[in-house]
Amino acid sequence: MASILERVTDIVSEQLGVDKDKITPETSFVNDLGADSLDTVELVMELEEEFDVNIPDDAAEKIQTVGQAVDFIEKNGSSS
Amino acid sequence: MGMFDGKKGLITGVFNKQSIAWAIAERAMDEGAECGFSYMPDKPDDERKKNLGRISKLTDGNPQAKFVHPMDVTKDDQIAAVMEKTKAELGQVDFMLHSIAFAPPEDLKKDTVETSREGFKLAMEISAYSLMALTNHAKDILTDGASVLTLTYYGGEKCVPGYNVMGVCKAALDSIVKYLAYDLGPRGIRVNALSAGPLQTISGRGAGVDEMLGLYEAMAPLGRNITHEEAGKSGTFLLSDMSSGISGEILHLDGGYNAMGSPGRMLEQIKAARG
Repeated sequence: MASILERVTDIVSEQLGVDKDKITPETSFVNDLGADSLDTVELVMELEEEFDVNIPDDAAEKIQTVGQAVDFIEKNGSSS
Repeated sequence: MGMFDGKKGLITGVFNKQSIAWAIAERAMDEGAECGFSYMPDKPDDERKKNLGRISKLTDGNPQAKFVHPMDVTKDDQIAAVMEKTKAELGQVDFMLHSIAFAPPEDLKKDTVETSREGFKLAMEISAYSLMALTNHAKDILTDGASVLTLTYYGGEKCVPGYNVMGVCKAALDSIVKYLAYDLGPRGIRVNALSAGPLQTISGRGAGVDEMLGLYEAMAPLGRNITHEEAGKSGTFLLSDMSSGISGEILHLDGGYNAMGSPGRMLEQIKAARG
């Protein structure tokens, strides 16, 4: 079973069209990967679906890096 | 035999697989329709052409999808170009889906009373006027008896806090549906709107869908939310001959939510919360 970080990395790579080896926990969606507001909303929706977790808007605004997404999912997700 | 065998249509506004337009288009194509698609143009500096990439996930490899063409509805020449493309690829079309709306996020988040003048103009132009512009440009390529469908929401009929300026735009859009139904009626062309309850779409996310999902579940007579699949079913119904005779209509696909004049079964929850 892939780790949460690996699964988040897969989704970010697919959604934003970047190589997985360029994605680390410190990678910022907006600053490093050039995500615009639609990309960000779409990414949040993909993460919700993949991890069966609800990410409210105020929480989503604080998730700016891959690592912050992983943290949120670890704390709130069902992990399956 | 599919309900759209031999039928052709123009579909606008598919953003991604959560889009209501995606669900409607996918079902129409499964039922035999040949479709052309317009999408929101990619920014000139977007080397990855993300918007094209998103809609390509629906159209690539589907032999029923005949073309994909960018269209910014604030530009008349771009609307005209899509109609030319449609004429060249499909000839006349039996249906057209309008699934386009926008309001600046900073205005959408404000109380409606604080909406900016520029934000209001842009939201109205893209979310309401575009149905007029699109239909006017499409007059020559719509068959007599064609069906035009737009997507609206209940927040245009009643105040739904959080929907804000988009509710005002939907009120205008609902009215445009009725006037266009009159204008095009002599040619047998029908104009209707599908008013779907909250769904997880990119637009829904911008308009506070999370809270609304719980509310509909608690209050709608059916006691649940609607699905993307149901949006596809109701949308194709209105685009097809199954709905011949229906025009100028706002069809509510909302589990009956709009029929309620009180919180209904949700009252029990309110009483329980009071203890």
